[in-house]
Amino acid sequence: MGYPHKSHPKETVVLSQYFGDAEARTYKGWVKRGGYEALSQALKMDPVAVTDVVKESGLRGRGGAGFPTGLKWSFMPKEKKKPHYLCVNADESEPGTFKDREIMRWTPHALLEGSAIAAHAIRADVAYIYIRGEFTEPWTIMERALAEANEAGVFGGIKVYLHRGAGAYICGEETALMNSIEGKRGNPRIKPPFPAAAGLFGMPTTINNVETLSAVPHIIKRGAAWYKGLCLSNPKSTGTKLFSVCGNVQRPGNYEVTMGFPLKDLIYDMCGGPPAGRALKACIPGGSSVPILTREETESCLLDYEGVVAKGSMLGSGGVIVFDETTDMVYQIMRLAKFYAHESCAQCTQCREGTAWTTKIMERILAGQGKSKDLDLLLDLSENMTGKTICVLSDSCAAPIVSGIKKFRAEFEAYLAGQRQPVGGA
Amino acid sequence: MTPPHGVSQGEDYQPVFVGKVLDELQGILRRYPTKQAALLPALWLAQREHGWISDRIMAEVAEVLGLTPAYVKGVVTFYTMYHQHPVGKNFVQVCTTSPCNVCGAEAVLQALLEQTGARDAGATSPDGKWTIIEVECLGACGFATPILVNDDFIESVTPEKVTEIVRRYR
Repeated sequence: MGYPHKSHPKETVVLSQYFGDAEARTYKGWVKRGGYEALSQALKMDPVAVTDVVKESGLRGRGGAGFPTGLKWSFMPKEKKKPHYLCVNADESEPGTFKDREIMRWTPHALLEGSAIAAHAIRADVAYIYIRGEFTEPWTIMERALAEANEAGVFGGIKVYLHRGAGAYICGEETALMNSIEGKRGNPRIKPPFPAAAGLFGMPTTINNVETLSAVPHIIKRGAAWYKGLCLSNPKSTGTKLFSVCGNVQRPGNYEVTMGFPLKDLIYDMCGGPPAGRALKACIPGGSSVPILTREETESCLLDYEGVVAKGSMLGSGGVIVFDETTDMVYQIMRLAKFYAHESCAQCTQCREGTAWTTKIMERILAGQGKSKDLDLLLDLSENMTGKTICVLSDSCAAPIVSGIKKFRAEFEAYLAGQRQPVGGA
Repeated sequence: MTPPHGVSQGEDYQPVFVGKVLDELQGILRRYPTKQAALLPALWLAQREHGWISDRIMAEVAEVLGLTPAYVKGVVTFYTMYHQHPVGKNFVQVCTTSPCNVCGAEAVLQALLEQTGARDAGATSPDGKWTIIEVECLGACGFATPILVNDDFIESVTPEKVTEIVRRYR
């Protein structure tokens, strides 16, 4: 449901059924609602059988990359020779995304249950739930839920711990997350080796997103075929997704729909579109790291992994940021560049220098001091920042720049031609 | 006790990791196969007890975990939520990233800076009660503008609501 709004008839309510229901946060309340049955069932199954069910369901990572979850689990060693680890990525920091927060603060036991099932499937002895430092309310709620679950002894032999982040977007990158747990700066690692071979503390590790894991108990309980059937057009993208809609919309919130749902209906029917009298100008469909869509692209886009790629962007985290006609696109793109510049871990020269330089050029353009070759310079920088670094933060900074200049060039040129009131000062 | 390197002798330092706080740290250490992995939790404990993390505290954390002070400092400086200098009684974080930005986040920041007397982001107000900083996405974009006042996460802040918030926390 689009918490804090009531469920919309067009939603497919699975993960969000108990958003807003305070009793669902308690162990007793969760059990009353059918909770932990899937876990008991899974613990009696062979780990490989659990993985096969999840593979069959078509569940793909909901953190942003969309990698098939069952396949990721199957990368773990078949023979257990070393400790195995599960890391739960609750570092939600992608601008526009606020779904994992809702899952944790309304249905903490759903996450605990899904994590335990995953730990069983990958034969992990320990699971660390990495929660970003700023999520103080989810932390408290998860702490309480974890204590209750431990007291009830639901986890079998699996140890589940919470680990608090301390303010770093890059720690949502799976290898940086592992480094952060290990007590290091959150620098991403070069892959290979992949986490399943050598991950946390050098041991075989799987990292999964909160929303991904919260779907797992449903899949175990209701079956892979049920989940696979939740699909409007494209069999490669199954299940439901929580879309976090924000920006210039009348009813921002999280809305859960079946994969393949039209983005137009999400924005207009469910969220009421932009404020009255204002037209939609642009939309970033998957959190700020994906290319910006024009109004036309937005209104003809289907929300599944392949559907958004067909429009030249990505589903990503499903953080739908809506900009209306009052938005200064140049300013917002500058603000996004500034975000990436701030969050760069600074290992790679292209990212460290590129994000900072991109931000400076954007600020200069806004201050009325842009030069005619600045747009070519920005595009050149963006090209050198794409596909050439240890992680994709660098590419993510390039996404709004390249798509912004391509689709909203007139706004940039207006600043360059001195036709707009300068903003800020160099 | 021989002080760890980089720390002057004969100072009147009150260690953080003694008594109950040390017990808490021991409990945390049992969760990880290495001492180093307890670094972020240890820094949180230190900040909870002392309000901020001084170089001297970094040296103590290093000693307790078998790391070097320089290493600990490298980690502290990476993460934005660890304070390396004293901050006001109320440490306020205001999100101004694009989704909140188009919903008026900068006006919220301005209102806070003016009404608390802090005037500049990062500065502490003359009465010592407020330090306000601009931060990146707080993960509550549908509830723009969210702010954190110490550990209290407040959603849907507008310039109009700032007056009441300032009054409540002052």
